[in-house]
Amino acid sequence: MAAYAWIIPLLPLVGYIFLLLLGKKAPEGFVAGVSTILVLIGLGLSLGVFSSLAGTDGAVTYTWKWLSIGSHNIDVGFQVTHLNALMLVVVSLVSTLVFLFSLGYMHKDERFSVFYQYLNLFVFSMLALVISPNLLQMYIFWEMVGLCSYLLVGFWYFKPEAALAAKKSFIVTRIGDVGLFIAIILLFASTGSFDFNTIFQAAASGKIALGFISGSGLITLTAILAFIGAVGKSAQFPLHVWLPDAMEGPTPVSALIHAATMVAAGVYLVARLYPLFELSQPALTVVAWIGGVTALLASLMALTQRDIKRVIAYSTVSQLGYMMMALGVGGYVYGVFHLMTHAFFKALLFLAAGSIIHAIDTQDLFDMGGLRKKMPITFWTFLAGALALSGIVPFAGFWSKDDILTATLKSGHPVLYLFGLIAAFCTAFYIFRVFFLTFAGKPRDEKRYEHAHEGSWVMTLPLIVLAVLATIAGFFNSPLNGNALEKYLLRDAGDAVVAGIPTTSPAYLLGHTYPANVGLMALSVAVGLAGIGLAAWRYANKNREITVPTGEGNFLYMLSYRKFYLDEIYYAIVVAPGKVLAKISDFVDRYIIDGIVVVVSRLVYVIGLGLKYTQTGQLQTYGAATMLGLFVILAIALFRQGGVF
Amino acid sequence: MPTLSIPPQSLLTLGVILFCLGLFGALTRRNIIIVLVCVELMLNAANINLVAFSRLGASPNLDGQVFALFTITVAAAEIAVGLALLLAFFRLRQSSEVKDMNQNKL
Repeated sequence: MAAYAWIIPLLPLVGYIFLLLLGKKAPEGFVAGVSTILVLIGLGLSLGVFSSLAGTDGAVTYTWKWLSIGSHNIDVGFQVTHLNALMLVVVSLVSTLVFLFSLGYMHKDERFSVFYQYLNLFVFSMLALVISPNLLQMYIFWEMVGLCSYLLVGFWYFKPEAALAAKKSFIVTRIGDVGLFIAIILLFASTGSFDFNTIFQAAASGKIALGFISGSGLITLTAILAFIGAVGKSAQFPLHVWLPDAMEGPTPVSALIHAATMVAAGVYLVARLYPLFELSQPALTVVAWIGGVTALLASLMALTQRDIKRVIAYSTVSQLGYMMMALGVGGYVYGVFHLMTHAFFKALLFLAAGSIIHAIDTQDLFDMGGLRKKMPITFWTFLAGALALSGIVPFAGFWSKDDILTATLKSGHPVLYLFGLIAAFCTAFYIFRVFFLTFAGKPRDEKRYEHAHEGSWVMTLPLIVLAVLATIAGFFNSPLNGNALEKYLLRDAGDAVVAGIPTTSPAYLLGHTYPANVGLMALSVAVGLAGIGLAAWRYANKNREITVPTGEGNFLYMLSYRKFYLDEIYYAIVVAPGKVLAKISDFVDRYIIDGIVVVVSRLVYVIGLGLKYTQTGQLQTYGAATMLGLFVILAIALFRQGGVF
Repeated sequence: MPTLSIPPQSLLTLGVILFCLGLFGALTRRNIIIVLVCVELMLNAANINLVAFSRLGASPNLDGQVFALFTITVAAAEIAVGLALLLAFFRLRQSSEVKDMNQNKL
């Protein structure tokens, strides 16, 4: 079954080309139907691949020779490991539902077909990225994912904010991509191969070195550089600024970016290169701390945002921080597990938010309220997503987040554990702040409220499916079923032995596992409930008036609302000097470079102006000049012959 | 038969004089017919050189004389083309002066 994995990314590509040929005027239902069915077939295949790998070891790899440069061969092909198989399922599942949802959300958009083209290309890129067997191929699709997210975030390019946000997302992720690119070059230079397994084996056996840097130093350097790529893609501090702005795109795109295709790529990259990270403690420490700090900061920023999508966007940043933290402290399985559960409940939250925005046509939380009666399906599904995000037992987020927190504490990172716990409290508070402001109380904008209605089945069905998943997905890796996902994922690695499974896999490790701890579980659930309680007391309390906060004089509020002024700081230290530099180079180009060009052209012109008088048309003048020239040449030749000069 | 011996220097000098006369004429005369005549003069100066060297050169043979015959033939053809051009030009411009042939410049 795994041998057919290459078909999975090909299906959306076929969809893309088909829609491209079909043109812009194709009927909406047909466009969406074809795309959704193709991805649905892909989902079926992914599930087949996923289940076919259960109980087997190692990776299924197919490669063909693509280029020969000197003694190096560059291959293309595909590879299915247990991690890839899981990613295939998650990506195609979320994509299918988003495709379906978009039919309702993008209804009557002028560029409906173009939207589906981009979506198809996006999903193709991500799926192809997931099954890449080497770094080069992965990098190509990595960039394609970035390109597609640029196109989709800027889909409503006539809105200046959307165009700016698209540019910002492209440029900021690009900063990270440079790091990844350098890492790839260094790895190729030191091992002579882009292939993952070759690199891992070279690294593990110490056969990796460049002239100026030792083996372990090189591993640390490349791991950190690759992590910079992941920081950009997965919106980790300090490159997280693009993700909240990317909210300017259509909401289904946000769901896709946040759950399956774009930001997951960064975490996936670290997970994919985990054998390399595992060899370098400093690199893991960097990953863990960046993740922990991001989880905390982003959750604090989310507390005060007024735009419903922005709250959820900061929540994504925060949750991605959790995943990175898990990977950094050695909890490989838990990071990937959280990636999966998060994909479900975050897609759910975004699609529910999309449903709300579609119904009342505003994103401002303080214009909402009381929607529970009007939109019962959205209400219940959003509740499932919010509970999952808050980590309340037994929803999906509980199992994965709790695993991460346990792993963080047990691996000896109490400070990071504290960060995670505070972030968990904030998470529960901000998501229920959104929940209560949206659904509870009285409508604050009667006109919009009157207009509100539940979407058609194409919008509610994805919500229901995702709500079910957000409720039960945690059980894939709970102690109740013997941590099935953990055993599945660890078959990629030699430490399956540790988990008591016989294996023939390569002898590298994939982190550590920690048994669930009931005390810690209870603590994090209590923290989550406390956050929900605080939100309920503040926002679902009949005695407390809900007013639009001004934040005047409240330094802490403004700090959170203005996102710790990071955008302003970046403007001051990056954008403003950049503009000065641009001014200088503009001056140099306009006056110095251009000046030289103008002078040269004028010079030639003046010479021509003088010489034109020599062209009289008088044959005899020409003849005389020719003879004169001949005499001069002859004279020179004769004098040279005579040795005069 | 008594041989008339003329030193080669004299023949070459004659050639140079004829050539210079022709060149001077070709570059200074205003009438196109005279210019054509002067061109013929230069060709004949060359012919004298050819013939002189064919008889008095380092390895005397008939090549030079044959070549001179060719030159005379080519000169005849050239003069025919030249006169035809002159006629066409005269019909066009009502003039036979070299200075009027200046319309070919840009």
